[in-house]
Amino acid sequence: MIQIKDLHKSYHVGTNKLHVLKGLNFNVKHGELVSIMGSSGSGKSTFLNILGMLDEADSGEYVLDGFPIKKLNEKVAAKYRNEFLGFVFQSFNLITYKNALDNVALPLYYQGIKRKERIEKAEYYLEKVGLSEWAEHLPSELSGGQKQRVAIARALASDPKVLLADEPTGALDSTTSFEVMELLQSINDEGRTILVVTHEHDIANMTKRIVHLKDGVIVDDKLVEQVRVAENV
Amino acid sequence: MFDIERWQEIFETLKKNRLRTFLTGLSVASGIFILVILLGFSTGIENGVRSEFERDATNYISVWTGVTTKEYKGLNPGRRVQLKNDDYNTITDQYSEHIENKSAIFHRWGFLVNYKNESGTYLIRGAHPGYQIIENADIINGRFINDADVNELRKVGVIGNRMKLDLFKDEDPIGKEITVNGINFKVIGVFTDPGGERDEARVYVPITTVQSAFNGKDDVQSMWMTVKMSDNFEDAVKLSTSLSQNIEDQVKQRHIVSPDDTGAVRIFNSLEEVKKIYTLIDTIAAVFWFVGIGTIIAGIVGVGNIMLIIVKERTKEIGIRKAIGALPISIVGMILQEAVFVTMFAGLFGLIAGLGLLELVGPQIESDFIKYPQVNFNVALTTVFLLVFAGTLAGFFPAYRAAKIKPIIALRDE
Repeated sequence: MIQIKDLHKSYHVGTNKLHVLKGLNFNVKHGELVSIMGSSGSGKSTFLNILGMLDEADSGEYVLDGFPIKKLNEKVAAKYRNEFLGFVFQSFNLITYKNALDNVALPLYYQGIKRKERIEKAEYYLEKVGLSEWAEHLPSELSGGQKQRVAIARALASDPKVLLADEPTGALDSTTSFEVMELLQSINDEGRTILVVTHEHDIANMTKRIVHLKDGVIVDDKLVEQVRVAENV
Repeated sequence: MFDIERWQEIFETLKKNRLRTFLTGLSVASGIFILVILLGFSTGIENGVRSEFERDATNYISVWTGVTTKEYKGLNPGRRVQLKNDDYNTITDQYSEHIENKSAIFHRWGFLVNYKNESGTYLIRGAHPGYQIIENADIINGRFINDADVNELRKVGVIGNRMKLDLFKDEDPIGKEITVNGINFKVIGVFTDPGGERDEARVYVPITTVQSAFNGKDDVQSMWMTVKMSDNFEDAVKLSTSLSQNIEDQVKQRHIVSPDDTGAVRIFNSLEEVKKIYTLIDTIAAVFWFVGIGTIIAGIVGVGNIMLIIVKERTKEIGIRKAIGALPISIVGMILQEAVFVTMFAGLFGLIAGLGLLELVGPQIESDFIKYPQVNFNVALTTVFLLVFAGTLAGFFPAYRAAKIKPIIALRDE
């Protein structure tokens, strides 16, 4: 699904050059649930941004489901983001003046899908995350966990190849965090590839594979025994 | 642009952000509204002042006389100066190349005028044919005095519309005889005058007839003439001024009046007055335009400001939209389309409200100096488009910049 070869990325901070990613090699197969761990400054967010086409690498190879991701113009990048990727953010990033249903339907708008079909699909995904009854509510009327579930429904709405989650539980208490992870696990069970960036070990343990980043290189990459939320909480 | 899905998205956004929409609209609508009212009243004042001048021709010179106030060449002050037919003929002949219409005036007040059982007291004014243009009298029936009437001392009269209504009611007065102080005159015409009822309560008769019938000898009370207009207004004023100066000097010389005696011979040069008024009108118009343009600039700055704030406020939203697959161009397009829609709608609303108010209040205004306040519709519409365009331009750059920001940075914006 994802092939990364010798990926480099550096930022210019004033006159200094900050080498953030120093030659990453990384592959993800279809249906994996991978967590990327590392302390702050390890380059894990940069790595996720590059995976999400929100940022571009200086050198190296990135192939997503057979499509080489390199020097994309804005139009193609937007199209790929829309069709290949679903984002879940730490701070939810819902559009505040749109209700839950419209938030979920928004990626479909950018796919050019007609309104009626958009609403139907959005309703389906909202039901999937268990928020059918909250469809007409604004984000401000929802709890943190509910907001994150709306965000997950939105990420799923465009039926992406890969779900990218940047600290999806960072703003939630542990009970809600586990609920969100349970949801991600069940989505993964249906065969969707998911990458989760986190710095919490218990969250990482709920995935199937943990990748450790340190100072811009992968220091550890191992498959783990997945902790199922449903059985433990 | 006519994508129905996009419009739905825009209307939804506008509906969910009522206050923002309202404030943007209010600043645009009030700007246009104030401009329309300002321009309307500027035109109203211009119309009012112009109509004040329509009473008479705008390019006439009139000469009349009074009592001397200064001793000159052995003659004592306090002597009455009387113009004669001879003065009129000599002067109008001498300057005939610059004079278009001319008339001497000899009138009598307070004569009783009868027609059958109706009667009234009116002004009997003896004049030459040229007086019609000078007085700006419009013939609505029959004709004005002609040269033959003057030469043959015909007892004919042209009556004002007021007089016609008083004496004749619905009857056709042409050819009927009226009695003026016991002498019969035949009505040959009816006139109206922009000066109103005051100027219509009179009868014009040949000056020679008045002089002979009412013991006027060859006396003339005043002389009137219009100056030939050149294409250049300034030249016309110059000519008119020098002409009136020459005439004044000449009349004083003929009647042995001191050149610096301002009471004995008086002269009025309307073009000079008109010039002053036109300068005033121009000044007023300029002030209104200045204020109006200031209002528009304030409006543009206001709209631009609001656009900047809107884009700033929506930076995060732009980031979210980009992350889920929106094209930068579609984001810029959406923000601008929204802005154009709001400013255009509000601008037209302000325009219609302003025009409506002028239409409603305009006719109610009872002032000599404000008449028919109105606005050139094209000018108003142009300002609306200007405002919309400027507002859009002011919104474009921040929107474009915001859309160019990497989504990850826009998302970090709180």
